[in-house]
Amino acid sequence: MLATILRARFTPLLALAVLMAVIPLVAPSAFYLRVAALVWIFALAALGLTILMGYAGQVSLGHAGFLGLGAYGVAIGPAHLGLSPVLSLFLSAAAAGLIAYVVGRPILRLRGYYLAIATLGFGMILALVFNSETAITGGPDGMQVARLTVFGWRISGTQNWYWVAAGALLIGAWIALNLVASPTGRALRALHDSEVAASAVGVDVSRKKLAAFVIGAVYAAFAGGLLAAMNGLITPEAAGFMHSIELVAMVIIGGMGSVIGAVVGAAFLVVLPQALTAFQDYEQALLGLLIMVFMILLPGGIVPTARKWLLERLS
Amino acid sequence: MAEVMAEFLQLAFSGLTVGAVYALVALGFTLIYNASDVINFAQGDFVMIGGMGTVFLTAAGIALPLAALIAIIGTVIVGLLLHRFAIQPARGASPVALIMITIGASIFIKGVAQVVFDKQFHSLPAFSGDTPIAIGGATILPQSLWVVGGALVLVVALYMFLEHTLLGKAVLATAANRLAARLVGINVTIVLALAFGVSAAIGAVAGVLVTPITLTRYDLGTLFALKGFAAAMVGGMGNPMGAVVGGLLIGLMEAFGAGYISSTYKDAVAFIAILVVLFFMPRGLFGGRSVERV
Amino acid sequence: MRPSAAVRGTLRALALAATLTSPAFAADPIKIGSVVSATGPAAFLGDPEARTLKLYVDALNKKGGLLGRPVELVLYDDGGDANKARTFATRLIEDDKVVAMAGGTSTGSTMAMIPVFEEAKVPFVSFAGGIEIVEPVRAFVFKTPHTDKTACQKIFEDMKARGFTKIGMISGTDGFGKSMRGQCLKVVGDYGITILADESYGAADSDTTPQLNKIKNTPGIQAVLNPGFGQGPAIVTRNYAQLGITVPLYQSHGVASKSFITLAGPAAEGVRLPAPALLVADKLAAGDRQKPVVAAYKDSYEAATAQPISTFGGYAFDGIQLVVQAIEKAKSADPQKIRDALEATKDYVGVTGIYTMSPTDHLGLGTESFRMLQIKNGDWVLETPGQ
Repeated sequence: MLATILRARFTPLLALAVLMAVIPLVAPSAFYLRVAALVWIFALAALGLTILMGYAGQVSLGHAGFLGLGAYGVAIGPAHLGLSPVLSLFLSAAAAGLIAYVVGRPILRLRGYYLAIATLGFGMILALVFNSETAITGGPDGMQVARLTVFGWRISGTQNWYWVAAGALLIGAWIALNLVASPTGRALRALHDSEVAASAVGVDVSRKKLAAFVIGAVYAAFAGGLLAAMNGLITPEAAGFMHSIELVAMVIIGGMGSVIGAVVGAAFLVVLPQALTAFQDYEQALLGLLIMVFMILLPGGIVPTARKWLLERLS
Repeated sequence: MAEVMAEFLQLAFSGLTVGAVYALVALGFTLIYNASDVINFAQGDFVMIGGMGTVFLTAAGIALPLAALIAIIGTVIVGLLLHRFAIQPARGASPVALIMITIGASIFIKGVAQVVFDKQFHSLPAFSGDTPIAIGGATILPQSLWVVGGALVLVVALYMFLEHTLLGKAVLATAANRLAARLVGINVTIVLALAFGVSAAIGAVAGVLVTPITLTRYDLGTLFALKGFAAAMVGGMGNPMGAVVGGLLIGLMEAFGAGYISSTYKDAVAFIAILVVLFFMPRGLFGGRSVERV
Repeated sequence: MRPSAAVRGTLRALALAATLTSPAFAADPIKIGSVVSATGPAAFLGDPEARTLKLYVDALNKKGGLLGRPVELVLYDDGGDANKARTFATRLIEDDKVVAMAGGTSTGSTMAMIPVFEEAKVPFVSFAGGIEIVEPVRAFVFKTPHTDKTACQKIFEDMKARGFTKIGMISGTDGFGKSMRGQCLKVVGDYGITILADESYGAADSDTTPQLNKIKNTPGIQAVLNPGFGQGPAIVTRNYAQLGITVPLYQSHGVASKSFITLAGPAAEGVRLPAPALLVADKLAAGDRQKPVVAAYKDSYEAATAQPISTFGGYAFDGIQLVVQAIEKAKSADPQKIRDALEATKDYVGVTGIYTMSPTDHLGLGTESFRMLQIKNGDWVLETPGQ
């Protein structure tokens, strides 16, 4: 019975929805709601990355660059182009997807490290642009972001943002789960196991990889847009190298290719600095250590490993 | 005319000094990549440990040459520990996993360094004073000659080691074909450890040489790693000669770009170079090994 | 399962014993919050701030605390990330229920946190430089550092007095350098000075000779200004000497501690900069009102940390001190009353300057709080402006 539930396709979605409904009931203060909202937003970005890493077997070391594109899109659209913030959110996500397509196309024909290297360079350039073009982006001190308005309702307050973020993640997770079960998803999984085998059975490897890369960019940009709108301010370090690494760490720690894994990984990295306030000086060392330990001892990540263990115990 | 020449020379001096540093970092990348297929993002942190270690040891009253030696040995130990506890247990992991392990190691080293050392900037006195040497209307610091000369010595020494010693040939053999190397009796584990140790030493020497010019801080390694990595990439991953040329090229492009065009995107030059190379010459300037490895 | 009466009785007795044996907790502590960038790329600013705050609150509690209550410092590290700063700000308000906040290392993180404190109506004294923090004035937001604009004015006053009208500028692309460059460009015209070369360098640039060479080759330049902080100004100063540029070099208040002279070495000779009294504690005139305050801070900080004091630590010192004085004056730990007292700050002698705030001025420092310094024989020397 439990094994059947664990294996069912939409169980993760249901579990997530229940968790989202329960948290506001038990959260002692709005601070906890903000932390949870951040977890949902970063989980959304990690979800896109987990499709790229877990299914296409590629890594992006500049994913925060796409997050930055979405964030600055939401800031720049209303401020410089007179667009509505919500329209800017969707436009910048689309733009991020397009840019990913243009950058990814020539590179994804290569194998091995090359996407990682290209995304690294691309992310660094984006972060430099956000930092340097002061007239457009406000420079290193960042840029104010207009409030999002949906059908005349101005979204503000931690509680409202909690629900907006939760809703966005649920929709993102639903799309991801459908995608994974689709022929594209199966092709991607084949690709992760062996590119040679996948291409031998007729999978157009570079096109599928490109698809995963574009999807990952759109998810990250959308998450970035929500982050900027919730905070009302965006600064260039959101697009920086360390932030890209944190996103990859979320996917690794939670478990590559797992929807719940992305949420667990995001929760881990968002809550960690809040839990370790007494050991602030050691936080960075601990983060590095955790990444190493997970990659070496638990390469599957928390969620897939736990799931496998549970399934073995049950059968 | 003389002024134009002087400006050109000044920019070239600047580019060569900075480029020599990138070249040394790229050389470390290349050595480890050749032996083990690992891209070691902690390579820049070796530079930091070498520099910071020397700063703190001299502050404790130890003479500069001895302090530098101890710092270099310390960095080699860190490199060996990195191999033993992070790379070796992950044998057979995917390239992505190996990248993440070395990035984790880099973050860990920085995290420990800010506690063991501190979070402030530090410098070392220049080895041969601060009086600039005038050449053709441009000036160069004596320390820059130390850096360029040091890079030259290290490159030659590395070449001699790889081509003319049994151990060096073992490294090359392991790089070419790990299984075959094992079959002819090479202890692959020791060869890999050696690659990490030598790379750490190269990084640490670079750190000691450049600290009087660039200053140092616990998180200095990241930018060096990224730029050095770009240099290795431009030169063709895995080619030691390419690493050196790539490093000098990026240093020169940064200097001439900032001098003749604009300094706003000086830091972007290395990353633009990566993208251009990937788009148009995926094997780098000097070929390197085949891209289509499976 | 409910605990038995015996257990509850024991617990109550223990709790009572605890309150009786530790007089420090006899009263509820007054909670003051802080978020600084103690780690990350801005750690060289945030670290001295965090140390200063801890030292100050420890000393305060040893003296018996505030209004007969102990003071509790709730200190968080944002790692230089504005998003994290915002989360910690929410935590200070919602969870820790602080009555006031003294923190915010960078302008970016300060701007991210402002809405949280404005909404909760809790006073927030920032340690960051940006002028947008207090212009326009927000009811609950104050700051201690001089604005970049005042620094520019002070420097241009000095240049004008020395007869310089054509200058070069090389600024860092970090928040400090960019913001100061912008302010300097705004006010430079007021002094009849034109900027002939406007260069920049990255936050981690290790060589600026290409940029400086351009300035050197621009004809007519009479002086060069370098807005920036961190290692940048030290590298610029060294490269300046290497290229043999002879016109005077001006640094800013971002060159904030004696470590600049150590890092720049002999190249620092002759460099001029505006700085708060803090840097020249031992050289202030005997009658200078800031002298005792500055000397006391310098002695306690350097004894406790074995590091030279920096103006950034000084901003934190003034920030927490302003809050503490406001609480004393208001005789209350009510956020609204602390805010009112802060706004009424008059003639407070701090290490950065002498503050007099008003409903239209939440900084309260003028150009006179800057001293013009010159570096001679490896030490600061007070200059008469214009000479």
